[in-house]
Amino acid sequence: MTLDVERVRKDFPILSTEMRGKPLVFLDSAASAQKPHQVIDAMSRHYETSYANIHRGVYQLSQVSTEAYEGVREKVARFLGAADSREIVFTRNATEGVNLVAQSWGRNQLAPGDEILITEMEHHANIVPWQMLCEQTGATLRVCPFDDAGVLDVAAFESLLSERTRIAAFTHVSNALGTINPVKQLTALAQARGAIVLIDGAQAVPHLAVDVSDIGCDFYVMTAHKLFGPSGVGVLYGKLAQLEAMPPYQGGGDMIESVTFEKTTYAPVPHKFEAGTPAIADVIGLGAAIDYVEALGLDAIAAHEHTLLEYATKQLEAIPGLRIIGTAPDKAAVISFVLDFAHPHDVGTILDQQGIAVRTGHHCAQPVMDRYRVAATARASFSLYNHEADADALVTAIAAVRELFA
Amino acid sequence: MDDLRELYQSVILDHNKAPRNFGRLDDASREADGHNPICGDKLTVYLKLDDSGRIEDVRFDGVGCAISTASASLMTEFVKGKTLDEVGVAYERFHDLVTGPPSEPQKADDLGKLAVFAGVREYPMRVKCATLSWHTLNAALEQSPEPAKTE
Repeated sequence: MTLDVERVRKDFPILSTEMRGKPLVFLDSAASAQKPHQVIDAMSRHYETSYANIHRGVYQLSQVSTEAYEGVREKVARFLGAADSREIVFTRNATEGVNLVAQSWGRNQLAPGDEILITEMEHHANIVPWQMLCEQTGATLRVCPFDDAGVLDVAAFESLLSERTRIAAFTHVSNALGTINPVKQLTALAQARGAIVLIDGAQAVPHLAVDVSDIGCDFYVMTAHKLFGPSGVGVLYGKLAQLEAMPPYQGGGDMIESVTFEKTTYAPVPHKFEAGTPAIADVIGLGAAIDYVEALGLDAIAAHEHTLLEYATKQLEAIPGLRIIGTAPDKAAVISFVLDFAHPHDVGTILDQQGIAVRTGHHCAQPVMDRYRVAATARASFSLYNHEADADALVTAIAAVRELFA
Repeated sequence: MDDLRELYQSVILDHNKAPRNFGRLDDASREADGHNPICGDKLTVYLKLDDSGRIEDVRFDGVGCAISTASASLMTEFVKGKTLDEVGVAYERFHDLVTGPPSEPQKADDLGKLAVFAGVREYPMRVKCATLSWHTLNAALEQSPEPAKTE
């Protein structure tokens, strides 16, 4: 199955808008993806025909809303390859998933002398929650390096593991470099030393088929907004035994079995971790987003993006003074670059003038920037709705940067 | 390209390529660091005040985008020889110049070459680039021990 990109583009209303008088060229899907009308419509339809609070009313509307919400939980379980839909916890975003595990699992488990192993290429969302946990428990953070191409040093990862390592947390796909990590291998290595494993899948899920049962990880986090769904909803996958052993993360309504002033008992998983009214219509939107990418086919999406990555990389490499940051052989369609004649911030403004949206800055991965001794990069990320004309527009606009600055 | 020339005026491009008063000032009486956490720009402003409280010498050091580098360079030229009160007024005027609504063009005759930054107000995301050096200068004048931030 190949992807008909011109047909796909028609599904995304925003792609027919103009920015600064030019057709929008959106190359920042790694920050947040645009939404197809299938997702927008599903959310509107839920509000128009099916909305009520969930898990509460005996009336039919609440039941319809609850079934739609819980139906998405089953859909996500299938999508991620989970064995049981009770292993799917809805969160606000991937960041909240990491924080939930760090606090709920980690605070009870860790003691001084214990170690947490992360990597040098993590997003701040997979660094800071572990640093906070170290401060709370006296555990120590260890960091696995990567090489100049942006490939994780698996030998170093292995040697940093010890009987003190309690959890290894690493990204599936680097948001700043595009590197795809060998997560199954890393998971096996960590678990062989008795550590549990959390994988940050925020960047991976929109670009490649994920099967958590095959990977074997204990936890996997993702977010809907990078998967063409709404912002405000994320997913934590956790092995049932892990989730059941963990105390609640937040207290409130929906997460209880019974409440008296003497004693409160908690609902079973996953509801134990979903205190308060969740983002109901947004979960419905996530379900529609999964339907959307599954209908296109994740393999077809990955193949399309890989073709774009190669096409854009080849053209960008030919520009004198341009350096690509992150050249791993196994890479998602993310191209971070610096120009020796212009600062990334100026590049971002000049591209914006041409209607081209790229991310500039440290990409919430300051240690990656430090590793390459740059303050910032410009980053073009390609998604299922990008076509070769977008890469051409980028290359032409960089020529305008050169004209102005060089 | 015409729109871009409004922001990237030739004076700005020139000061970015060849910043004036660039580098350490060894006999500085005051200095402060500035940092824009959004884009990673970092600079240091060095000051030497004379007995009457005028800025006798000023230099800056650091890395940044064209807007922040040119702004720092032009600022050093502008404030050299001025009194602290004059600098305070210029700081306010410059701030108004780059943050005012685009629909109300600002008269900036008293700001000399700094008027080239009037185009920045069209780009709210770039205002902090233009003001970083001024915030840092202010911190140096106040001898604030903390690095100046645009946040």
